[in-house]
Amino acid sequence: MARNVSTGTKVGFTIAAWAVALILFSPILWVLLTAFKTEAEAISNTPTFFPQNFTLENFSAVQDRSDYFKHAINSILVSVGSTLLGLIIGIPAAWSMAFAPSKKTKDILMWMLSTKMMPAVGVLIPIYLIFRDLRLLDTVHGLTLIMTLINLPIIIWMLYTYFKEIPVDILEAARMDGAELWNEIVHVLVPMAVPGIASTLLLNVILAWNEAFWTITLTSGRAGTLTAFISSFSSPQGLFLAKLSAASLLAIAPILLMGWFSQKQLVRGLTFGAVK
Amino acid sequence: MATAQTRTLARIMMAPSVIVLLIWMIVPLAMTLWFSFQNYSLINPMMTGFAGWGNYLYVIGDPSFTQSLVNTLILVGGVLLITVIGGTFLALLLDQPIWGQGILRIIVISPFFVMPPVAALIWKNGFMHPGYGMLGHLWKFFGLEPVDWFNQYPLFSVIVIVAWQWLPFATLILLTALQSLSEEQREAAEMDGANAINRFYYIILPHMARSITIVILIQTIFLLGIFAEIRVTTGGGPGYASTNIAFLVFRTGILSNDIGAGSAGGVVAVVIANIVAFFLMRAVGKNLDA
Repeated sequence: MARNVSTGTKVGFTIAAWAVALILFSPILWVLLTAFKTEAEAISNTPTFFPQNFTLENFSAVQDRSDYFKHAINSILVSVGSTLLGLIIGIPAAWSMAFAPSKKTKDILMWMLSTKMMPAVGVLIPIYLIFRDLRLLDTVHGLTLIMTLINLPIIIWMLYTYFKEIPVDILEAARMDGAELWNEIVHVLVPMAVPGIASTLLLNVILAWNEAFWTITLTSGRAGTLTAFISSFSSPQGLFLAKLSAASLLAIAPILLMGWFSQKQLVRGLTFGAVK
Repeated sequence: MATAQTRTLARIMMAPSVIVLLIWMIVPLAMTLWFSFQNYSLINPMMTGFAGWGNYLYVIGDPSFTQSLVNTLILVGGVLLITVIGGTFLALLLDQPIWGQGILRIIVISPFFVMPPVAALIWKNGFMHPGYGMLGHLWKFFGLEPVDWFNQYPLFSVIVIVAWQWLPFATLILLTALQSLSEEQREAAEMDGANAINRFYYIILPHMARSITIVILIQTIFLLGIFAEIRVTTGGGPGYASTNIAFLVFRTGILSNDIGAGSAGGVVAVVIANIVAFFLMRAVGKNLDA
């Protein structure tokens, strides 16, 4: 966008925008800096900006106290597992709705979206009881199942909007050439759909990673994900600010990096394709 | 151009998704409805049998319900107000010719990727704690008495945290909408002598209206279910001062083991969400035809 403005105006807008952005970013910056401070420095009455005595001991303390790696592995298993499961179920559904639509397709899509509207607390109690009876409470596979179900509508919607953009003519041409349906999918559709599938995967891993209702209510020690790991820091004992920061940094860093790469898809995914 | 064979295949491919979502939608919801009419407590085995409207009367009649409902409305309304107005201004600002726009976008969107319990604990301990929080230091710097946010203004504190998480979402979506506004349209208005305020009211705002609607509706769905932020900061307290409907159901059903009353609360939550969903579906559905 090349609007002609004077340099002065541009400087003014730049300063204003950066100031607002840095205020918004300050809690994350605080975590980043405090994680490397000693506890004494973190709660000192004269706050420092940069760590005066740079230390990594908070990270090892967090690992010793709450076993970060166990929780991180659970988070990875649940978020990646549920996303892959969702893609396996969702890709065929989205494909058929995008390329072989019927009169009911729109209704089915809207109905799928409506399942996402159901508030989690509305079904918390039965799910909790079912999980208790089936011994699924505090298990990684139980949580993965729930996560798949709550994110499946978003997965199907995102894939559907991406698949819709693939020109049908190309599929028709492949069909004319005598390609079998299966070949059509593998050799024509998949290569064109890969970017869309990748975006869907990325966004859903992020959503599942940050999900904090089911992960907290359905797990405790064994299958706890990073959201549960962090929640265990809510009742602090003694000096803990630097350790809390270290734990927070460990929990958000991976997904923050992923998020930065997927912000365009985020808009589309979270608005169910309504804003692109 | 779908052949009969394709159509059959399409149905088969759709079946797994439809079936699992159907089960997911119907079974737990039916159970919630069923429990909501039963006397059922996990700690008191003597409580059994049909309760009629008893659980509903018990839940809705309790002062905690009215307060939770009001808290829910304040929480949703407050966050929407901050994020939509703030997001509009921030989007307008980021759309100006500025240096480092790409990096700024990334910085501004970051809070959205911070998981709710982390966001809540950073704010609670690092910023809003009266003793060593950054806001406390800032207040002291200006010679003011540090505020004990979570005890004095528990609901407001939760609103601040949630608004911080959702402001980037609103900004990003509104910025995306803003950038799709054609340059010709803006220039034409500029040449016709429309000033910045008129351009905002007559060109930019109408163009953004649909995106603003979508932001409001989607956020409302998520905001009705705010849970982790309350769980790790105030625990719903003091008293019920920061308990919303979602947290009330958790308190009643899981913490107090009263399945019947908790379920009745859950049904109420579903009804509220459905009213909102009705409007969201219409907005998104309209777009589907386009």
